[in-house]
Amino acid sequence: MTYESAAAFAQTSGLLYFVGIFVAVAVYAFWPRNRARFDAAAHLPLIED
Amino acid sequence: MAATPSSKYMTEGEAGLGIVLLVGALVCALASARAVDTPFSVHMAVFALAAVAGIGALLKRYEGRPAEAPPQEIDGKPNYNLGPIKVAAVAAMGWGIAGFLVGCIIAFQLWAPSLNLGLEYTTFGRLRPLHTSAVIFAFGGNVLIGTSLYVVQRTCRTRLAGDLAPWFVVLGYNLFIVIAGTGYLMGVTQSKEYAEPEWYADLWLTIVWVAYLLVFLATLWKRKEPHIFVANWFYLGFIVTIAMLHIVNNLALPVTVFGSKSYPIFAGVQDALIQWWYGHNAVGFFLTAGFLAIMYYFVPKRAERPIYSYRLSIIHFWALIFMYIWAGPHHLHYTALPDWAQTLGMTFSIMLWMPSWGGMINGLMTLSGAWDKLRTDPILRFMVVSLAFYGMATFEGPMMSIKAVNSLSHYTDWTIGHVHSGALGWVAYISFGALYCLVPWLWNRREVYSLKLVEWHFWVSTLGIVLYISSMWVAGIMQGLMWRAYNSLGFLEYSFVETVEAMQPYYLVRALGGVLFLIGGLIMAYNLAMTIAGKTAADSEPRPAGGTLPGPAGLAPAE
Repeated sequence: MTYESAAAFAQTSGLLYFVGIFVAVAVYAFWPRNRARFDAAAHLPLIED
Repeated sequence: MAATPSSKYMTEGEAGLGIVLLVGALVCALASARAVDTPFSVHMAVFALAAVAGIGALLKRYEGRPAEAPPQEIDGKPNYNLGPIKVAAVAAMGWGIAGFLVGCIIAFQLWAPSLNLGLEYTTFGRLRPLHTSAVIFAFGGNVLIGTSLYVVQRTCRTRLAGDLAPWFVVLGYNLFIVIAGTGYLMGVTQSKEYAEPEWYADLWLTIVWVAYLLVFLATLWKRKEPHIFVANWFYLGFIVTIAMLHIVNNLALPVTVFGSKSYPIFAGVQDALIQWWYGHNAVGFFLTAGFLAIMYYFVPKRAERPIYSYRLSIIHFWALIFMYIWAGPHHLHYTALPDWAQTLGMTFSIMLWMPSWGGMINGLMTLSGAWDKLRTDPILRFMVVSLAFYGMATFEGPMMSIKAVNSLSHYTDWTIGHVHSGALGWVAYISFGALYCLVPWLWNRREVYSLKLVEWHFWVSTLGIVLYISSMWVAGIMQGLMWRAYNSLGFLEYSFVETVEAMQPYYLVRALGGVLFLIGGLIMAYNLAMTIAGKTAADSEPRPAGGTLPGPAGLAPAE
């Protein structure tokens, strides 16, 4: 394996890996059905018991 | 077991820990006797004494406790475990004062080197790691452990997991601090910045840290609240990553198991890369992720407002942890590290600006609808100013990681200025804010002893930070420019000692800034001690139900 082929593999797979994770996180965060849950979670520190 | 309710037995944990401590005490006493160097002998004796003290504390606790384990709930409300958190809070304050003081001493030593007294124990080389470890790991670490054990209970609505384990974590961690700090004074170091403790201290910290992780995970596991709150994600990211960093960067072979000296298993540029992978993620996960967890709980709590955008907090968390881990190589620009690795570190450092500012904006905007509290509540002001400093430091850091900028800034006191705008402005201020909130909650007080003293603390230490960072910016950039100045014949314009001489006045200003910061810390320690003692100063009127404080006496009503 040459340096060029190793670098090409690392750079391409790294790009796909990070973009993939970011898209997955963004989809999870903005998924409409999660809205109510996240709104409730934003108030979590304020609940007294 | 069908025991009568009145009969009391040792739990398996108590008996087991007692036996482990007994064996540990014997082994350490033996190692102390056979040690090949004095510091190792002293440290093994300290471990042995600590184990004996641990057995004593176990027996005393057993004598005083009721037969049954503490209930998980009382009247349907979680029975929170606050004892270990109280110890961590007091330890944080004590170590903070010690760390600020040592920082002032070495700042004055840079101004007048003879202040090292000509003793090996008080030289800059030994006191400097004492300062950095005291403020980062002793002060910051106790704040993180204390607040994390508090926040995870409150946001999971369940009692902390484990009976002895939380005590083991807090006391064991502080024992590590004692071993590390006394080691530096005796000259024990593996010469890795922010990872100076030698192999035996590292092993001990590994045990303590794994116990910490297990306590945290087990508490999450038995949570009553279905959702895992974002602060707990940040704490978990901090605990897991620090475990990984600590273990890998401290892989070393001791020369003998009866001596303090060891050699790292990595060598040359690999060792340098591992070290700065560790070093920058100590910044990213210890000094950032952990304290962002504090932000996500304490800012909403104090402002009495929900988190501005919980969605942003999710993106903030994942983006931050996936990017920070790659930024380390920017500490090794223009070294033997391959060029592509330097560029990779630089690129990730610049990209980090996005999650950093996303988080800062999320924290600041949490004050939406409560901005007026900044005027009246100095504790909230500490936290908001900490976020402003966080924004400044996380803008400056990526900028300094750019190779061209780094060629000017690296090895100069600009770096010291940058680090302290982050450490004093962000880490210490969010910690002060958190401790001012936490201490009254833990000791069941309505509010701190005196909000007026909090005001004094805020302004005195803010002035100190301004003196500190502005003098270091000027000194550092001047130093960098003097190093690279050439005359018309192509020779260096200045000798090294001339650059040192030029910095002397700025070193004095910096030291005075540090003294102001220390004075602020002393005011805080007094205020918290009086709070714990249950005193209330005349100036602290009860807060009305709305949460705002009464305005200053002379203030005319605006409406």
